[in-house]
Amino acid sequence: MATVPEIGAGLDAPVSDGDVLFDIEDLEVYFPITEGFFKSMVSTEKKFVKAVDHISFQVKKGEILALVGESGCGKTTTGRALLRLEEATGGEILYKGQPVRKYSGKELREYRKKAQIIFQDPYNSINPKQTIFDIVAEPLEVNNVCSSEREKEEKVITAISEAGLRPASEYLYRYPHELSGGQRQRVCIAGATVLDPDVIVADEPVASLDVSIRNDILKLMVEEKEKLGVTYVFITHDLSLAWVISDRIAVMYLGRIVEIGDTEEVVANPQHPYTKALISVIPVPDPLARREHVILKGETPNPVDIPSGCRFHPRCPEAIDACKEIDPEDVHICGDHYAACIRIK
Amino acid sequence: MATTAPKPKGKAARRAAPDKNPVERIEHEGLLDVRGLTTYFKLGVGDVKAVQDVSFTVAPGESLGLAGESGCGKTTAALSILKLLPENGRVVSGDVLFDGKNLAKRTEYGMSKIRWKEISIIFQGAMNALNPVRETGKQIAEPIQLHEGLSEKQAMVRTRELFDLVGINPKRVMDFPHQLSGGMRQRAMIAMALACNPKLVIGDEPTTALDVMVQAQILELIERLRKELDLSFLLISHDLSVMAETCDKGVVMYAGEVVESGTTADIFNNATHPYTRQLIKAFPNIHEKREMVSSIKGDPPNLINPPAGCAFCPRCDEKIDSCETEHPGLTEVELGHFVRCVHARSFRSDAPARGDAAVPELKGV
Repeated sequence: MATVPEIGAGLDAPVSDGDVLFDIEDLEVYFPITEGFFKSMVSTEKKFVKAVDHISFQVKKGEILALVGESGCGKTTTGRALLRLEEATGGEILYKGQPVRKYSGKELREYRKKAQIIFQDPYNSINPKQTIFDIVAEPLEVNNVCSSEREKEEKVITAISEAGLRPASEYLYRYPHELSGGQRQRVCIAGATVLDPDVIVADEPVASLDVSIRNDILKLMVEEKEKLGVTYVFITHDLSLAWVISDRIAVMYLGRIVEIGDTEEVVANPQHPYTKALISVIPVPDPLARREHVILKGETPNPVDIPSGCRFHPRCPEAIDACKEIDPEDVHICGDHYAACIRIK
Repeated sequence: MATTAPKPKGKAARRAAPDKNPVERIEHEGLLDVRGLTTYFKLGVGDVKAVQDVSFTVAPGESLGLAGESGCGKTTAALSILKLLPENGRVVSGDVLFDGKNLAKRTEYGMSKIRWKEISIIFQGAMNALNPVRETGKQIAEPIQLHEGLSEKQAMVRTRELFDLVGINPKRVMDFPHQLSGGMRQRAMIAMALACNPKLVIGDEPTTALDVMVQAQILELIERLRKELDLSFLLISHDLSVMAETCDKGVVMYAGEVVESGTTADIFNNATHPYTRQLIKAFPNIHEKREMVSSIKGDPPNLINPPAGCAFCPRCDEKIDSCETEHPGLTEVELGHFVRCVHARSFRSDAPARGDAAVPELKGV
C-alpha cells in the first residue's frame, strides 16, 4: 500500500462507525432512449428512462442499508451508480467527502478497491474456467496489492475461510462447477472482501438461493459487517429479508426513495402508503394470522413517462386530488425516519 | 377400501386403451388421490430415488401445498401425476387416482385426454414457458381447439374471455410474450391453464421470480378463480409462507419423502417433524419479534444411495441412535396430521404407525 499516490490519499482516510461514508445528494441517473433516424428528425424532444430521479440519502460506516423496491424502481441503478458502474447524469455522490464523479485513472482504481459488488447470480458472475484461488486472487493481482506470492496466498486463504469455506485448502483448487450455489456465492463474497473494502454493494445476493443457504449467506453478511467493519448496501426486492439483517431501510418506487429510516421503525410504523402495501403483502408462515392484504392494482408505470405530482398516486389507495399535482417532499417522522407523502401530518 | 376393477386378462385386454373402454370408477378419496407414488430417474451411476412412497389427496375445491427445499422431489411428484417426466424418469410404483381413473396405468394417448382437459399445470418461470415467436393468444387457443374441437375463431373468442378473467386487457391477445410484463405473462399462463375448464390446476412455483406485489396479485387471482370456478389446486412451492397464506392443506417433503402432512394449521402451528420446525424458522415473520432467521446445517442426502434410517437424521438435532438404522413410517399424531419421525410417537403413544405397507394396493385399470 506504500505505492498509493498522493491524489488518492483521501480514500484511505479513517472513518469511524456511524460516520457518513456516502453522502448522496440529488442523484440522477437517466438513460437516453435511442430512437430511429426518422423519429429523431420529427420530434426534437429527447426521451429518457428516469431510472433514478433525484434522490438524496446517506450511507453510514458499518451499517447495512437495504434498498428495497419492486423491479424497475431504480434500486440496482442506485447501487451501480455508487460504484460508478453507471455514470450519474446529475447530482453528487460524496465518498468520505470527495465527489466520486471526479475520480479518474489511479484514483478510480483506488476507489474500486474500496467499493466492491456482489452480483445476484453466482452461476454467471464467476468464471467457470478459473479455480477458486484464481477467482479470489484476481482482484489482488489486478490491483498489484501483494508484494509476494506468499502474501497473496495468505490473503486468499483468509478471505475464503472468512467467507465460510473451511478448510480453505480444500476449495482452493476446485472449479466453480464443483460447488453448490451457496458455495459459489461465498466465493463471490470472498472475492469482494479480499481487498478489504469499506463498502460492498450486494445486489440481490440471495435471490437465486434456497432458503436454508439464503439464511447462511445473510448471516455471513452480518458477521462480516461486525468482524471486518464492512458497510453493506443490500439491494433486495424482499422487504422481509431487509428487515432481518439491515440497520436502515430505504424503500424505492419509480426512481425515488419514498421512505427511509431505521429498519424496525419503518416496519413497525410505516408512513408511506406504498411501504404499508409492501409490508401487508409479505407472506407470513402462519396460516392462523392471515392478514388483510393491500394489493396495489396494475404494475409500476413506465419510468419514461412518470406520473405527475406524486408518482405513486395512480396506484395509491389513499390518494387525494392534490396528489396529482404536488410532488411530495420528505416529511420528518421521528429520528432519521422520513417519508415522502403529502398526507402525512 | 378400494374396489378393484375386473382384472384384464390376456393380450386383448391389455391392448384395450382404458379411455376407450370406460371401466368402473375406482372409489377413492377426494378428486386426486396419490398413493405410494415412487419415481426414479435413471443415471449412469444408479437410480436417483427422487420420489419415494408419496401419498396425498386433494378434495374438490381444495388447495394443497407441496413444499420443501429444491431437490426434495416436489416437482417430480407433480410431473409424475401428469406423466410428463423426462425420458430417464419412470414411475416405479404407486397409483394416481383422479376422478375415478387410475392415471398411473394410462397410456400416452389416454393421458392426452386428461392433460389440460382435466388437469392443467402452470409452469415455473413464465418467461420461458411461453413460445416467444407465437402470439400469446394463439398459444392459449391451441389447447382449446385441440380439446374442445372449436375452430380457431371460436377459440380466440374464448381466449379473449379468459384474458378478461385473469385481468389482462383482451385487446392484447395478439401480443407476443415479450410485449407482456412478467406478471402479465404469468396471468397468461394461468389463462392457458384454465382454457379447457380443468378440475385440477397444478401450480409449479407460479410466483417464484415475481415481485412481492405481483406475487400477491397472482396469488389473489388464483384464490379468486379457485372459488369462482370451484377448482382444486395443487401448489408446489419452496416458499412455506406462500403455502401458509394460500393452502388449506400442506405436505412437506424431504429427500423424496413426505415428512409431514396435514392442514396448514397443523403444519405451521403444531409442527412436529424437526425438519418442518427448522424450515418454518428459516422464514422471517415480519409481524413477530425481529431475530436472525436460522438455517438448517448440512446438505440434503444423495438420493442415489439414500440413508438407511431416517433421511433427515444427519442434520437433525434430536436424533437418537435408532434414527440411523430404522426408517420411520408415517405416524398419525392427530386426526389427519401425519409425521415421519420416531419422536412423533411420543406425542401420542396409542397412535397407530402407518407403515409403508399400509397403502392399499390397487389392481386393474
